[in-house]
Amino acid sequence: MPGKLKAKIVAGRHLPVMDRASDLTDAFVEVKFGNTTFKTDVYPKSLNPQWNSEWFKFEVDDKDLQDEPLQITVLDHDIYSANDAIGKVYIDIDPLLCSEAATVISGWLPIYDTIHGIRGEINVLVKVDLFNDLNRFRQSSCGVKFFCTTSIPRCYRAVMVHGFVEELVVNEDPEYQWIDRIRTPRASNEARQRLIFLMSGELQRKIGLKVLEMGGNAVVGYLQCFDLEGETGLVVRAIGTACTLEKISTLTSASTTHPSNSSPSKDMKDSPQAAPSTLGCRSTHSSPVHSASSRLSQGFSVSVPTLLFAGMKPRHKSSKAPRARQCRPIFGEEAPGNPLFSGPPTPLRVQTFSSFSPSKSYSRQSSSSDTELSLTPKTARIYLSPSSPALESESSPLPSAYLPRHLWPGMASRCTTPPPLHVSQSDTAILRKSVSFSEELLLAASGMGSGGSAGKDAGPLKALMRQQTQSALEQREYPFFTLTSFPPGFLLHVGGVVNARSVKLLDRIHNPDEPETRDAWWEEIRQEIKCHAKALGCHAVVGYSESTSICEEVCILSASGTAVILGSRFMQDGPLDTDHRLSRQPLVFSTGAERVEGDMGSSISLGFEEVAPPGCGFCHIPYDELNIPFPAQLTNCYCCRRYKVPDVLFTTIDLPTEANITGKGCLIQARLCRTKKKAQGEGNATAISNLLPFLEYELHTQLMNKLKLRGMNALFGLRIQISVGETMLLGLASATGVYLTALPSPGGIQIAGKTPSDITYEQHISNMQKKINDTIAKNKEIYEVNPPEFVEEVIGSPIPEPRQRSRLFRSQSESSDDVSELDLSYGKKDAFVLEIDDTDAVEDIHALLTDFPTPPGFYSCNTEIMPGIQNWTSAIQMFTSVRVFRLNNANLTNQGLNKIFSELCENLLKSFYFKLRSMVPCCLCHLNFTVAIPEDELIQVAVTAVAMSFDKEQTLENGRQSGDKTLIKAITENDEQLQFSLELNAELSSPNPLSSTKGLSDVSGSHLSARAHSVDYSSFADRCSSWIEQLRLKAHIIRRGSVKTTSSLEKASPLPEGRSRSLRRNRSYSGSSVAVVKMTPLSLLPGAKIIKYLGIINMFFIRETTSLREEGGVSGFLHTFIAEVFAMVRAHVAALGGNAVVSYSMKECVFMENPNKNQAQCLINVSGDAVIFVRESELEATSVQPQSATTQTSNGGEGT
Amino acid sequence: MSVELDVFVGNTTIMDKEVYQLWLNGYTVNDAVKVRIEGGIMEECEASAEVLLSDTMDQYRTFQMCERLLHHPAKLANQLLFQIPPDRQAMLIERYYAFDDAFVREVLGKKLSKGTKKDLDDVSAKTGIMLKSCRRQFDNFKRVFKVVEELKGPLVENIRQHFLLPDQLARDYAAIVFFANNRFETGKKKLQYLTFHDFAFCAGQLINHWTVGAVDNMMDDMDVDLDKEFLQDLKDLKILITDKDLLDQHKSLVCTALRGKTNVFNEMEANFKNLSRSLVNIAAKLINAKDVRDFFIDLVEKFIEPCRSDKWTSIDVNLYLIHYTNSVHILDTFKHHGVWNRYMGVIKSCILRMYHE
Repeated sequence: MPGKLKAKIVAGRHLPVMDRASDLTDAFVEVKFGNTTFKTDVYPKSLNPQWNSEWFKFEVDDKDLQDEPLQITVLDHDIYSANDAIGKVYIDIDPLLCSEAATVISGWLPIYDTIHGIRGEINVLVKVDLFNDLNRFRQSSCGVKFFCTTSIPRCYRAVMVHGFVEELVVNEDPEYQWIDRIRTPRASNEARQRLIFLMSGELQRKIGLKVLEMGGNAVVGYLQCFDLEGETGLVVRAIGTACTLEKISTLTSASTTHPSNSSPSKDMKDSPQAAPSTLGCRSTHSSPVHSASSRLSQGFSVSVPTLLFAGMKPRHKSSKAPRARQCRPIFGEEAPGNPLFSGPPTPLRVQTFSSFSPSKSYSRQSSSSDTELSLTPKTARIYLSPSSPALESESSPLPSAYLPRHLWPGMASRCTTPPPLHVSQSDTAILRKSVSFSEELLLAASGMGSGGSAGKDAGPLKALMRQQTQSALEQREYPFFTLTSFPPGFLLHVGGVVNARSVKLLDRIHNPDEPETRDAWWEEIRQEIKCHAKALGCHAVVGYSESTSICEEVCILSASGTAVILGSRFMQDGPLDTDHRLSRQPLVFSTGAERVEGDMGSSISLGFEEVAPPGCGFCHIPYDELNIPFPAQLTNCYCCRRYKVPDVLFTTIDLPTEANITGKGCLIQARLCRTKKKAQGEGNATAISNLLPFLEYELHTQLMNKLKLRGMNALFGLRIQISVGETMLLGLASATGVYLTALPSPGGIQIAGKTPSDITYEQHISNMQKKINDTIAKNKEIYEVNPPEFVEEVIGSPIPEPRQRSRLFRSQSESSDDVSELDLSYGKKDAFVLEIDDTDAVEDIHALLTDFPTPPGFYSCNTEIMPGIQNWTSAIQMFTSVRVFRLNNANLTNQGLNKIFSELCENLLKSFYFKLRSMVPCCLCHLNFTVAIPEDELIQVAVTAVAMSFDKEQTLENGRQSGDKTLIKAITENDEQLQFSLELNAELSSPNPLSSTKGLSDVSGSHLSARAHSVDYSSFADRCSSWIEQLRLKAHIIRRGSVKTTSSLEKASPLPEGRSRSLRRNRSYSGSSVAVVKMTPLSLLPGAKIIKYLGIINMFFIRETTSLREEGGVSGFLHTFIAEVFAMVRAHVAALGGNAVVSYSMKECVFMENPNKNQAQCLINVSGDAVIFVRESELEATSVQPQSATTQTSNGGEGT
Repeated sequence: MSVELDVFVGNTTIMDKEVYQLWLNGYTVNDAVKVRIEGGIMEECEASAEVLLSDTMDQYRTFQMCERLLHHPAKLANQLLFQIPPDRQAMLIERYYAFDDAFVREVLGKKLSKGTKKDLDDVSAKTGIMLKSCRRQFDNFKRVFKVVEELKGPLVENIRQHFLLPDQLARDYAAIVFFANNRFETGKKKLQYLTFHDFAFCAGQLINHWTVGAVDNMMDDMDVDLDKEFLQDLKDLKILITDKDLLDQHKSLVCTALRGKTNVFNEMEANFKNLSRSLVNIAAKLINAKDVRDFFIDLVEKFIEPCRSDKWTSIDVNLYLIHYTNSVHILDTFKHHGVWNRYMGVIKSCILRMYHE
């Protein structure tokens, strides 16, 4: 079905001088869409031409509307020679295709040239009349909304979350085609830009189709990436989460019913703490795993991972799983006798291993499930048959023809390095076969029937619900979610980070229409992730993301996410197969202690449920206590005292809003460099895949050390990036550390020396120890990590802790000694031992101590918002910084490289603190580091983040409050918060699409009625009049400032535009004609409410120069380019009628230089969501405005 | 190991006032870093020299990119490349167009030509202002001059609108443009004691009273040139000194009024004819462009210096000039009251301003 695209070229300004003789330009414009081109008249001899063209109309298929950008080219007319191009503007039509987004694109857009950068601006007007296609075989997906935001967008409500959508398209890279040898750089850059525009349009359309198939209407957490594979082609891929979103309006928000959910209100409370009893708590020591871990001798420290010879398969199956607290890694390595694993052999190993071996866990599993099964019938209304066919289980699949993996120390996180086998394409096929094979096995094994618990819950209905969720989820190919923050009740339990990597050799894509190989690669990885999640007893993966790193023909594919158990509230009801349901149960509630509880608790009323603190539920382990997939030290939750929690929790998601934390968080980074030999093809790939596990392991150790050094126990927003270069691998793991109140306090770090005979040596050790202890103490102070002391007394629950630990750390404040001792419990085990006889350990310690403390007044995190800070002011400053280091010394050791790399990152941070010192007190949020090795000996680090200042006084107060508040308080507060936000949402509700013209006035009208009773009328009138006055004033100024032609334009535009425009203009500084557009990588703006999402911004630019020195060298060149990219993003947002970009990110920044030729080239890809926001203060003002005033606003806008 | 590339770009362009000033003053990056270190910023912010260098480089780059826009300040407000809050924009412009008194004093009244620009290194050496900064200031003068030279309407207002300068700065620029246009001599040794602000004040007087725009706002003429008609009319004032009767009458009127009111009455009485001749002669000669250039030197040589040698106070000068001006109106044969007032009003305020005791 066709749509009609209309474009009008109004005027230009600040055009470059194209005619040297007259110092002027004879400009005209070509407007192109698809194969149709229109031209304006030539406007002679002006740098500020007024074309004021007719409406150019394109009648096109809506498929094309989605795929193609509108291409506007500004040219200089030349009588004797060919017309010179001044520059181009690509306009993404997509936001106009959705009824709820923008309705018109109108404004000044920078004219961009890939060689000269921005050359003036052009004022255009673009509209679309769309006849929506309801044909089910259609190829377009107009109307599906896309959001980069990785949470449910602020003015929407998720009716349903459908799940994972992914797609990729491939093409040949124009830069590498034969034609590139004969055409100009400009032509090839433009071909590339255009191609990528087309490809992302197509990709988005295809994803949209998938969403429509699933019954959704939006994609949230849309993550699109480019793989510039070079010779072999260009891959554009995207993942996202399909949702059905509903605009929050005053009407709908009142009711909490969800059409698609059978028992909605209940589910909200469907928290795992259903059973209130604290009885039957088991000692955490009872598990064999624990006893195994307690056997660890301190001498074999972190740096020397205890080796486990799994030896079951020729494939390497590595399951490194050091205890979190002790960080005692246990390596399962494929190759026995691998010289790299130099851990001293101990008898322990075999034992330890046995407690891990899949076979063992299987048996354990079944035994536990046996008891479980006997229990099941007790719970009422469970009509599921206990004999279940499928095995969900603790499924590190015995037949590990499956992808090998190793568990990460202490964490649920796992990573896989496929053996070099996978590298070549032919092997991929084999691999795929093996995957399916293992799946069959899984099914076969399922006959054994390990059920898991159904019956723990007092409320059987909920159990049922959970099962439903589960089954519905698991039937999906990939139960993944790209979201990182969730509505309350969405997350039930968090298992840990799951991680998979694979090394591939790139080869030419033969058939671009069927990108089978690339698809298959990602499928493998996702399967693996899914498997890991299962192994953690989880049925879904959230905070999921994928990335690649390419060097020559080797490509590392990575995927990571957080394994979780989800609440059913937002899930689609899948076909309910009862058998499946039982079989696919999570093992969450199968611990002995909880079973007992279940019995006891069954008599307790549901009402009690609500007492369960929401702030700790997600910390409770989802896996079977007896069959922990890795050796974790479990304790009872420090909040509710009823459920088991791990001692450390790593996740890739944002801190849930309901989480209880102590103190503040901070950015924690692990940085690592590893040299590797230069190699080609398969040899190279093999070398890389051999290095990867070590790299990951060490990154993890570093993270753990640094976490402990800060006295914290959980990481959020963990992002591990591994970059491959010709002679080295770079690893950078960033996360935000916090102290989760529910988790036990982390132990300290103890340094042990192997040769204690020497006195000076001992002194050296004790010095270091002291330094570390001091640092821990200082950090605790800085981040206000003071674990609540009341825990034991208040709750009075049995803490299984024998307080026998000898005091290893005295540096903590003496007053809280008891507590700290309690917190640091577990005998000697908790001492996190670093042995410094080992060079690695020395390095580790240095790495620990070289981290520069953040200067006073600064905090930093890589999550959306700093946990523990509430009083944000509206001052924000988004920035992008890029640094490239050259390693002059070619023969650097790993240690040397590490040091350099670490310093590079630290220096970057220091620079930020210095630059932003005027914003203190402030927090750098969403610090997103991207590392790359653009060339041999070059390291590139790009950072995008936002600095937000906050009000210090209030923060302190709040911190104190939150520290003091009791559980009940927490709950009530939470409820209040919820209500409050609902109310606000209602206020915010932007006009519903049908009556959008009147929307605003309607809303404000309703506010008036809703609030009138609480308003002081005298002041109210004053405020009104002054407000109107202000509006008039602004409108006046705008009118004067705007170009003449706009008036005629706006007459043509329907009402809603006028309104949105007036809104925008009111935002702008009255003095300047450029609207201020805020940018932030976060999904929110502090102190403001987002009232409308206008569509996704996804832009790709190439900039090239052949006069690098003249443009200020590489820094000058890139500085200008980044500034130009910002400018173009802002201009496009403003043209859509928006005043901010949220969830902004720079996906790609590929910089190449050739100083000898005085040339450089850079590619940048950015994305974000264009929005309209209103300051909360203004919102209040609006809400008390009488309707007439609002009408006035729109009139003002119309009149301009 | 070396930093190959180092870039920091904020959505809102970050600019440090202090670094901006260093940049404006013509410091190199390294010198600027030194100055900053000496300023104690490292201790204050726990920063290292490395960080300072990176920051300074970055800011310098930003300023260089902005400079193009600062040449047309109106563009700064509607360009898209940098998002700068309006108050910052104003600061940038104001500081960019600010100048050193010592520098302007050297250039004031000179032709803003390439030749003058070539001599800037001498100016730089003499004033101690860095050459870079001298060039910027000179180019600013020239740019403003070029733009307003051809514009109609009030000079100060034109400058204010085109360069978005604050009022005082716009007035100063008007003075500079006015001086450059009329090539007033300011460099003579006898004039060295006068500051730029003295001249700027005088220029303001001249612009407000002696240009075409001063009498008739509707006239399509410019503010930068003196009113030719008025200069022509000034010749008529000669009657005050050529007509003996009139001169005597004038003298007696002034002396009657001044008697007993000042300590230097005798000197006044003795010098009256000389002084009157000087003032009227200056007026009569102003029709010649060359004599316009010598306007200030004439005032100093022919009026201010004699008075000063007689130790008049500025109160004396004021008193004298008031009565000198007003007495003319009592002379019945004198017809040119309008011209006289227009002339003497400016002369009086200029002399008073230039009369440093």
